[in-house]
Amino acid sequence: MSEKPKILYCHCAYSRAVPKEVKMEVLRKLSDSGVNFEAVPDICKLSAEKSPVLKDFAQQEDLHIIACYPRAVKWLFKSAQAPLQQQKIANMRAQQAQEIIDQVMEK
Amino acid sequence: MTVTFYQNEANDLDKKYSALCDLLQHGHHVTCTSQTQALQGSSIVVGEFAGDFPQDVEQLSCPIVDLSETPQVMSKLEQSTEKPWKPWFPVIDYDRCTNCMQCMNFCLFGVYGLSNEQKLQVQTPQNCKTECPACSRVCPEAAIMFPKYKAGPINGDEVSEEDLNKEKMKVDISSLLGGNIYDALRQRSERAQSRFAKERDEDRALKERKRCLKKLQKDLDIPDEVLNSLPIPKHLLDDSSE
Ligand code: SF4
Ligand code: SF4
Repeated sequence: MSEKPKILYCHCAYSRAVPKEVKMEVLRKLSDSGVNFEAVPDICKLSAEKSPVLKDFAQQEDLHIIACYPRAVKWLFKSAQAPLQQQKIANMRAQQAQEIIDQVMEK
Repeated sequence: MTVTFYQNEANDLDKKYSALCDLLQHGHHVTCTSQTQALQGSSIVVGEFAGDFPQDVEQLSCPIVDLSETPQVMSKLEQSTEKPWKPWFPVIDYDRCTNCMQCMNFCLFGVYGLSNEQKLQVQTPQNCKTECPACSRVCPEAAIMFPKYKAGPINGDEVSEEDLNKEKMKVDISSLLGGNIYDALRQRSERAQSRFAKERDEDRALKERKRCLKKLQKDLDIPDEVLNSLPIPKHLLDDSSE
């Protein structure tokens, strides 16, 4: 069995809520690093659709989520019946791209 | 659709990044992996193979997009012509919610409902009016978030004491339904109205009411489309000749 990627990146594709330069830099750095990761267009949309994909992510305790405010992300997952456990959440609305990358790559 | 991006050291990094951006922007969930075992069960595999597919890839029954031959990844994928829905809807922080139902009574679009246990729920997120955060302003507990809203705590940022004390957090539910908002407007324009009464200038009184309404609309950040579907403007107009 292959190991699941430990990073989930949210592209916040349908709005400008997340600063474009931050999300683009984060995505570029993840992509260039060659690390395995999951990238979703929009966690909000998955939550509204109650997508079972969120349940899969919620079951991975060591997943590092890169999205927005942790309080929002926590309740977006919960409202899709996919409560998070102890997953760490990096916030592209409040943190710098490099800080996030250092955090998820555990530098 | 979930796309698996098979990554390896031979990837042209610009090409790879641009393909990822395109896929995400077009609503595809992408799993980036260098493990060939992870490709099993994929609906579509994207990678750079220069026509020379590794055995594990060759054996796949799903479509394969080779970026070395097709740099524009989206040209190989079905594209929806529909304008995508901007996922804008309330998200409840149940650590704060007291189940008072003010939000449900306030919303005219049937976004909220109750669970079998009579607990408030967001039942029809698609009915929510894009960019309208008004129900978050009626919640006395600051328990309603719109993750794509511009400012905290509505965007999910932590709630401070100051936020809870803000007057705009405490707009009464009946406000936009013509009850208290009317009183509020009356109070706000009291001075102006007494002047108008003297002048018997109904046009100016009406203008003042509209101005006050606009001000409240601005405070609450309510889009025109939503305001127009509420009974207030007509109510105000009807009452303006009082
Ligand atoms: S979870 Fe946050 S970053 Fe992701 S789409 Fe929603 S608002 Fe944007
Ligand atoms: S108004 Fe706020 S506290 Fe009351 S039910 Fe709605 S979310 Fe909960």
